[in-house]
Amino acid sequence: MSGSANQRIAIVGGGLAGLAAAVRIAESGMHADLFSLVPVKRSHSVCAQGGINACNDIARQQGYSEYEHFDETIYGGDYLGDQHPVLEMANWAPRIIDLLDRMGVPFNRTSEGFRDLRLFGGSLFKRTHFSGATTGQQLLYALDEQVRRYEAEGLVKKYEFWEFLWPVIDGEGENSRCVGIVAQDLRTMQIRSFRADAVVMATGGPGLVFGKSTNSVMCNGGAASRCYQAGAWYANPEMIQVHPTAIPGADKCRLMSESARGEGGRVWVPRKPGDSRKPSQIPETERWYFLEEKYPKYGNLVPRDIATREIFDVCVNQGMGVGGGNMVYLDLTHKDPEYLTTKLGGIMEIYEKFVGEDPRYTPMKIFPAVHYSMGGLWTTFTKGSYNPETPYGSHKSGTATPIDSEPGRGMAIGATNNAMTNIPGLYAFGEVNFAYHGATRLGANALLSCIFDGLFCGLGVVNYVKDEVTPEHRAENLHASIYDRVVKQEQDKVDRLVQSASQGGSDPQTNPYQIARELGDEMTAACTVVKTHDRLTKCIENLRQLRDRYNRVRLSDDAIWTNQSLSFTRATGDMIILAELIALASLERKESRGSHYRLDFPERDDANFLKTCTGEYDPATGSHRILWREVDTSLVKPRARTYGKVEAAPEKKTIATANA
Amino acid sequence: MTNLSEEKTTPMIAPNTPEPAKSRTVRFRIKRTDGPGKNSRWESFDVPVEPGANVISCLQYIAANPVTIEGKKTTPVVWDSGCLEEVCGACSMVINGRVRQSCSCLIDQYAPNDGDVITLEPMTKFPVIRDLWVDRERLFYHLRKIQAWVPIDGTYSRGPGPREDPEHQQMRYKLSTCMSCGCCLEACPQYTLEEHEEKWDEAFVGAAVLSQARYFNEHETGKRLKSLRLDVLSGPGGVNDCGNAQNCVKVCPKEIPLTESIAAIGRSTTLHSITKFFTGK
Repeated sequence: MSGSANQRIAIVGGGLAGLAAAVRIAESGMHADLFSLVPVKRSHSVCAQGGINACNDIARQQGYSEYEHFDETIYGGDYLGDQHPVLEMANWAPRIIDLLDRMGVPFNRTSEGFRDLRLFGGSLFKRTHFSGATTGQQLLYALDEQVRRYEAEGLVKKYEFWEFLWPVIDGEGENSRCVGIVAQDLRTMQIRSFRADAVVMATGGPGLVFGKSTNSVMCNGGAASRCYQAGAWYANPEMIQVHPTAIPGADKCRLMSESARGEGGRVWVPRKPGDSRKPSQIPETERWYFLEEKYPKYGNLVPRDIATREIFDVCVNQGMGVGGGNMVYLDLTHKDPEYLTTKLGGIMEIYEKFVGEDPRYTPMKIFPAVHYSMGGLWTTFTKGSYNPETPYGSHKSGTATPIDSEPGRGMAIGATNNAMTNIPGLYAFGEVNFAYHGATRLGANALLSCIFDGLFCGLGVVNYVKDEVTPEHRAENLHASIYDRVVKQEQDKVDRLVQSASQGGSDPQTNPYQIARELGDEMTAACTVVKTHDRLTKCIENLRQLRDRYNRVRLSDDAIWTNQSLSFTRATGDMIILAELIALASLERKESRGSHYRLDFPERDDANFLKTCTGEYDPATGSHRILWREVDTSLVKPRARTYGKVEAAPEKKTIATANA
Repeated sequence: MTNLSEEKTTPMIAPNTPEPAKSRTVRFRIKRTDGPGKNSRWESFDVPVEPGANVISCLQYIAANPVTIEGKKTTPVVWDSGCLEEVCGACSMVINGRVRQSCSCLIDQYAPNDGDVITLEPMTKFPVIRDLWVDRERLFYHLRKIQAWVPIDGTYSRGPGPREDPEHQQMRYKLSTCMSCGCCLEACPQYTLEEHEEKWDEAFVGAAVLSQARYFNEHETGKRLKSLRLDVLSGPGGVNDCGNAQNCVKVCPKEIPLTESIAAIGRSTTLHSITKFFTGK
């Protein structure tokens, strides 16, 4: 079989993962329909700042390797990442950088014109490539441009300002397959189905479930939640990354990239609690560089979950935050201002614009904010050629690696189930794919996993459509009723919501914006840095009440043209369901691992929880079921994840501030 | 870290932004349009100013409480936004008569007094979809028209791209931060509203697109399409339509040297035309 000219693949989401998939699919000569809530050039990938990781010639000569990148990612993720896909990703990383370079990404350069590198969290080697402090924006634009080229050639058709509403699934149980989607034009409000022989979800993360996060306004997790409700499994929902350095605002929290620390930024608080002096007036000996003291090896570049917990501990528990509040200094003032402009211009500008102070001369005041979801739709893969009899132990830089970096070592190239969910024909790429980052994502690995999924796993999607969709099963040959049923389901939902507007009233109990706000507050309080049994139990009860209120929700707009409240309200319902799963998984994982920290179970428990937490939804009862799947640790043996921590306290003034 | 008490988990992302000395409100006058071809009207809202408020958070407040100053219940205002940190380009609108990103319009700096009035209008050079939301598809149409991409030989690995002088990289980087927000087009006297797609081929492409042409012409591989781009830009709607008002560079939120780009493209098209005249190519 070799496919027909009418076969199409639907891609939902036009960020890095969706665009990379579109390029790979179009390059293979197949047609792609690309759906996005926003013009793809405005996707949330633009917010990524710091860079993209890959082994490179310099690091290699210092003893680094693709294998060590893989090992760091697994160790950083506290052994919850899928080892085979991570190995493949690390091996492809240098090729991906080369490709982006050829696409014209303006990577920062050394004086000889080579690509510049910087340090990033969780590594002792410079392995992060960057374009100012707007790397995500630059990479997104490069892929946007390539997709524009295929759009001009007629291979990609964009549906911008269209919202994915539901996957169309044909058949039951084992024989079910995803054969298209139903979507809505957010301007005309038209709802229609789109036939597709495979569907790629590349819809990003669910930051808005937590109210204010570093995410863009469309990152509500609605699309992932809808797939989950339609039968796709959702894995490791409890693994939510809280980024240590953000600036809070009334509408969102703005990220201050980890690259600020990669370029030498130092985190500190005054040793005297509540010290009211200006930071520049506080002498070196009266500053507590708590990360450098506690983690002499990694210093300010410990992984994000660790930095966040330490900042939280210093501020909330020890009351040592700046001015007695929940803030610490992120200090770059010891660096040359011109250097900072070249390397970090993008974030310098954001801080200046939104805080009104120049971080080149005044230390930034920052605090943690919800940033990324390691969890997402569960996906599978086909193992590659590297399957040792016993897992490798701790790897030492500069020693021989157990395997080389040839393609196909981790995952089989072109396998049709790579990054496929439990529903055949439905794929998950990028942040919405749970596979790579385990319990904590290392900085500058997200852009990599998005592009890797699109390019590497995109090939498997093409092969699936060509080789595994038999002619009688092709979307073009299926009965219209399969699609009409889902269109009707979604039209009924919309009709119910629009009709609620006529019931009037301004009761905050049924106001969708109020419900969403309370949802965010509750999830932030219960399911982020520190979790406990009691608080999570209370959270689940509160979410039940929110769901009841949501069932009585009333819109304040009954327009049948460009009704944004309708879209917002619909997503709020899906966010509540995803929130329930996040809270339930947080309650059930009775251990601490990576970003998931349970005060009542502070240790990692490999015997019981070195497992993927997988949620399955029962639409009949509206309830969640959690299953635990073994994590395959056949490539690397789990070891203690300490990052070389030593004890430190604010009063120990004699400890050297090493990197001054 | 074993003695964190549960109560202390609540203020996770609500650090101690000091409460303002006394609460105050600002008044938003918003130009509203129900859809294409519909008449517009003005509605006003009083919005309490939260710490760190910007135009977006005020619009969010109005969405949750859509009641005008007359006490009339209305619909939430429709607007376009995305990243809220001035890198996506979505939330451009005309604020007190000047086009800019609304996310970076901070209330405490912009309207520091109780009762200050902020007027919001949609951009006028693009068709209004509803209220403050406009359709900027023409900009992307013109990017396709000038072949705004680097024509690579496929996505499989073929080694690194061309080496680049760091100064040249810095110049290209600056041009690459264009987020297609449309501010330069709104401010341009020569760029006028054109709702009909079939007329876009003749309509002025504007500063953003000219600058993107320069960006791709400056790349080693991107310049393979330079001649095709210059053909387009020396024709109708090209660089000759620029009236040199220089408004574009004043409103660009990313401070892209747009007038330099226009001058560069102007020189290139002139050279291109002379070459074509003498060589016939």
